[in-house]
Amino acid sequence: MIRLVLIMMACLLLTAASPVKSGYDIGDEVADFRLKNVTGKMVGLSDYKDSKGAIVIFDCNTCPYSKAYNERIIALNKKYAPKGFPVIAIQPNDPAQSPGDSFEEMIKLAERKKYEFPYLMDETQQVVRAFGATNTPHVFVLKNNGGKFTVAYIGTIDDSARDASGARKKYVEDAVEALLASKEVPTVRTKAVGCSIKLKNS
Amino acid sequence: MRPFLLFLSLFFSVALYAQEQTEIIKLKQLQDHLHAKSDRIKVINFWATWCAPCIKEIPLFEKLNSERSDVEVTLVSMDLDLDPNPEKVYRFIDRRKIKSKVLILDERNPNMWINQIEKNWSGALPATIIINSKTGQRKFVERELHEGELEALIAEIL
Repeated sequence: MIRLVLIMMACLLLTAASPVKSGYDIGDEVADFRLKNVTGKMVGLSDYKDSKGAIVIFDCNTCPYSKAYNERIIALNKKYAPKGFPVIAIQPNDPAQSPGDSFEEMIKLAERKKYEFPYLMDETQQVVRAFGATNTPHVFVLKNNGGKFTVAYIGTIDDSARDASGARKKYVEDAVEALLASKEVPTVRTKAVGCSIKLKNS
Repeated sequence: MRPFLLFLSLFFSVALYAQEQTEIIKLKQLQDHLHAKSDRIKVINFWATWCAPCIKEIPLFEKLNSERSDVEVTLVSMDLDLDPNPEKVYRFIDRRKIKSKVLILDERNPNMWINQIEKNWSGALPATIIINSKTGQRKFVERELHEGELEALIAEIL
């Protein structure tokens, strides 16, 4: 009887200690991925092994928040790619549910906006599931520790979706600046209103 | 001239209808609504006019609102986060003849208030909270709901 109780307690402890994992947390190591860019070329995290880090952004064509932040995303890459933190944009929506986010439409947007960073199609949605991104645009600032990328910031770009000039907190810039100065990232996680990512079978 | 005036007055009465059943609120009022005791099950849906899956599921909330006297439906619009003009929300309510109570949340910087409404919410839309204030039970769903799901969720906390 005592043994049974002990086993039950052990089971309880185990379940309590292993919560369902939904995506990366701060400090987690990011697994390499390889996705098709709008140029037709495959791009992966390992291509960035010589950079200081990366600004991974789950983004799409259709979401009004993605549209509102589009210029700010382009500006982030302009400012931080030369400093070693380039933008890698990933489109995770299922085009069957969101036809405006098809690969063809992604190519058009990248050409129209003259993207100088990759805009990758996550066709199998394995990457968005691994990261645990929920809405667009959803940012993961990664730090490169000798080829191992770890998560340093998760969340929104700034605190003012409606206009860039109204932003009082620029969370992503603050995170990257802190990493460049080898300081602690001031805010590591933020939440924002946004379009939910359209996953298959959901 | 007369028909034009008639048209004008009709037009404005419709727009007024939408504004009357709608309220622009702050976080505090939303929290008061979430915490207020009620004999009815509270169903609070977070949506926006730009959110396609939200628009798709709104008829389910409208149906619930008209069919169940033991349920109180509130549609909380997040539109002002992106566009400070509530006109789009009013027009939507008119066009769709929305009967449920609509609240328009007027707050900036969602990072400061999302956790105060629901810790498990990422902020993505649509999202729905169902509350039985008598027992304190609460359900939260962050995705589009389909036919029958609302009734099933309510039954779980009745």
